[in-house]
Amino acid sequence: MELSTAILLTIPLAPLVGCLLAGFFGKFIGRAGAHSVTILGLLVACGLSFYVLYQITAGGAPVYNHNLYTWFEIGKFSASVGFLIDRLTAMMMVVVTFVSLLVHVYTIGYMADDPGYQRFFSYISLFTFSMLMLVMSNNFMQLFFGWEAVGLVSYLLIGFWYKRPTAIFANLKAFLVNRVGDFGFLLGISAVLYFLGTLDYATAFAGADSLVGKTLTITQGVHWDAPTVICVLLFIGAMGKSAQVPLHVWLPDSMEGPTPISALIHAATMVTAGIFMVARMSPLYELSSSALSFIMIIGATGALFTGLIGIVQNDIKRVVAYSTLSQLGYMTVALGVSAYSGAVYHLMTHAFFKALLFLGAGSVIIAMHHEQDMRYMGGLRKYMPVTWITMWIGSLALCGVPFFSGFYSKDAIIEAVGESHRWGASYAYFCVMAGAFVTALYTFRQMYLTFHGKERFTVKAHHGHGHDAHHDDHHDDHGHHEPGVLEHAPTESPWVVTLPLVLLAIPSLLIGFLTVGPMLFGGWFGQAIHVDEANNVLGELAGEFHGALSMALHGFNPVGPFGLVLLAFAIQTYIYLFNPALAGRVKSALKPLWTVLDRKYWVDDIYFAVFARGGVKLGRLFWKAGDAAVIDGALVNGSAGLVQKIAAAMRRLQSGYLYHYAFAMILGLILLLGGFWLVGH
Amino acid sequence: MLTLSHYIVLGAVLFCISVAGLFINRKNVIVLLMAIELMLLAVNMNFVAFSRFLGDVSGQVFVFFILTVAAAESAIGLAILVLLFRNRSTINVAEIDSMKG
Repeated sequence: MELSTAILLTIPLAPLVGCLLAGFFGKFIGRAGAHSVTILGLLVACGLSFYVLYQITAGGAPVYNHNLYTWFEIGKFSASVGFLIDRLTAMMMVVVTFVSLLVHVYTIGYMADDPGYQRFFSYISLFTFSMLMLVMSNNFMQLFFGWEAVGLVSYLLIGFWYKRPTAIFANLKAFLVNRVGDFGFLLGISAVLYFLGTLDYATAFAGADSLVGKTLTITQGVHWDAPTVICVLLFIGAMGKSAQVPLHVWLPDSMEGPTPISALIHAATMVTAGIFMVARMSPLYELSSSALSFIMIIGATGALFTGLIGIVQNDIKRVVAYSTLSQLGYMTVALGVSAYSGAVYHLMTHAFFKALLFLGAGSVIIAMHHEQDMRYMGGLRKYMPVTWITMWIGSLALCGVPFFSGFYSKDAIIEAVGESHRWGASYAYFCVMAGAFVTALYTFRQMYLTFHGKERFTVKAHHGHGHDAHHDDHHDDHGHHEPGVLEHAPTESPWVVTLPLVLLAIPSLLIGFLTVGPMLFGGWFGQAIHVDEANNVLGELAGEFHGALSMALHGFNPVGPFGLVLLAFAIQTYIYLFNPALAGRVKSALKPLWTVLDRKYWVDDIYFAVFARGGVKLGRLFWKAGDAAVIDGALVNGSAGLVQKIAAAMRRLQSGYLYHYAFAMILGLILLLGGFWLVGH
Repeated sequence: MLTLSHYIVLGAVLFCISVAGLFINRKNVIVLLMAIELMLLAVNMNFVAFSRFLGDVSGQVFVFFILTVAAAESAIGLAILVLLFRNRSTINVAEIDSMKG
């Protein structure tokens, strides 16, 4: 049965309506109204997304690809708004709307005291609309619209607490770094239009083979392979959005935003847009093995080296943020070895367990009264059992412990990299293997510091002016109170917070086991993802796949990723549960290494010194030399000054004495007559 | 025998005297007006001389016009002068320089 256009239109428009109502009429409908209307919109979108997924998978609906509206026409080129709904899109729609719905519910609890409540709901609904437009698009132009729109909402939400200077710094940084990526992305789209003459996916992919052998002349004698240029440029866009090295610097800082959006935008959905985009463009990427090698090396570098930074972080959210960077690296490596379904599959499992980890971290932050430093936590498991258990599920999924969802996707990626013969694959294999160890190191450290060990906070005896007195302004200046001192004992968060945790823990635990067979090895994505026979590493792995159970049992092999996870578990358990003093000693023994990681390889400092300061210097140069000296000084004031000088000389002639004028007249007369006389002769 | 050139030389001399009067005089506006009158008379002298020499009376008709206009002009000039004196209590040319740039 063909999918109905009305249903597909409703999916993105329902959140948009919710956004507009909450945004423009937030004062009228109040707090409860704002969250009801946006959650209703999301419920509709999520329900219909599940229906679409069902229709596409089991209902036998054909791929839907129609233009609905002509956006604009320039000459022969026309940009349309349209939907391409295949299995890849349907899966993304479900992930986006499901996580978004849970984050909406969670926000009721997390933002309960915030004065910007309606604004927040409006933004996250707008985000859902933008993200749906991005994934449902059937052409590059609409993809770019969604791409920029999610970037805008990300900017708005990182700077949600706009009175904090750090938040403003972070959102500006995110926006500027994304501009770098988007510049490449726009060039990539232009290259597609230039070589293929269309921005429609289906037409472009059908004509992709014509790219082979074409070159782009950069300067005389320098010719670049057209598919490589297109793919690398598009991937630069993905590097910005999906926070790949070296454009990853904005993601850790984006943790300045409220935790629900860290979960939704900066872990589960928006940052995976780049992964989705590359998977969607697989017919193009398959044409260029150099571009894929580039992608793989970038991804592998990110997977290992950003994970290492996570080990030394003390902020609970930053640990998860670096973990996100590392996992995005895994997805990118998978793209690089042509295991697109592996990347998208990891995208899906990661969306669930990473959203869970972020929301869990948020739940801890609520309990700790917006204290995020893990050095002042510890022993929280007896205060908040639901958060504790669900976060353990998320952590084990993140580490890739067999049977958890993360295991299936991550193990498949590691295996696929091992199978690949692409240039640089052995480096990538080392990175993803070491990355598995590093992931386990920071994850167990985070869990132990937060929930286990002895309590490193104290609870102040209750006194008169209490918590409520500075309740309203705790977002603006919560740093002023003494660290590690709480007004009252931490408690489990309300049900609106724990319900999403539980609902995310279920897929984190089960979805891998249930779907790994068809989605990863069974060719579930069909025509949506195109892999050349020569590159089909997942196809080779599929031969060795005998069901999810045997894969998991096989995964217990100690000489493999699981062995590394066990090793990390043993190390961290010993350090943080039995010998806490050891952590400090290890830290001082490895002081140089610790410094390198704590400074994040100085990438931020280099960018700040070179680009930020360099930009300011360049701007100052243009201001002083170009604007102030040349334009203002020479051109504007200079011409005025010249006129003034000439006039000052001329006005001396105007003496005001009649006889001077008469003399000038006579002189003129004589000259005139003399002239005539000369000409006459 | 008086020839045409005598008259023309007389006209030129009158003109030169009037120009010199304009330039050299730094004191009195009335003298300026008189010099202008004299300049007109020099022109009239040329008109009359050439009219007689060429046997064409229209030159002499022009002289009547010029005399009439000159009379009117001196009347207006003197009136302005009276007002100028009332306002500034001087008719010294060197002091009348309000139009200085």
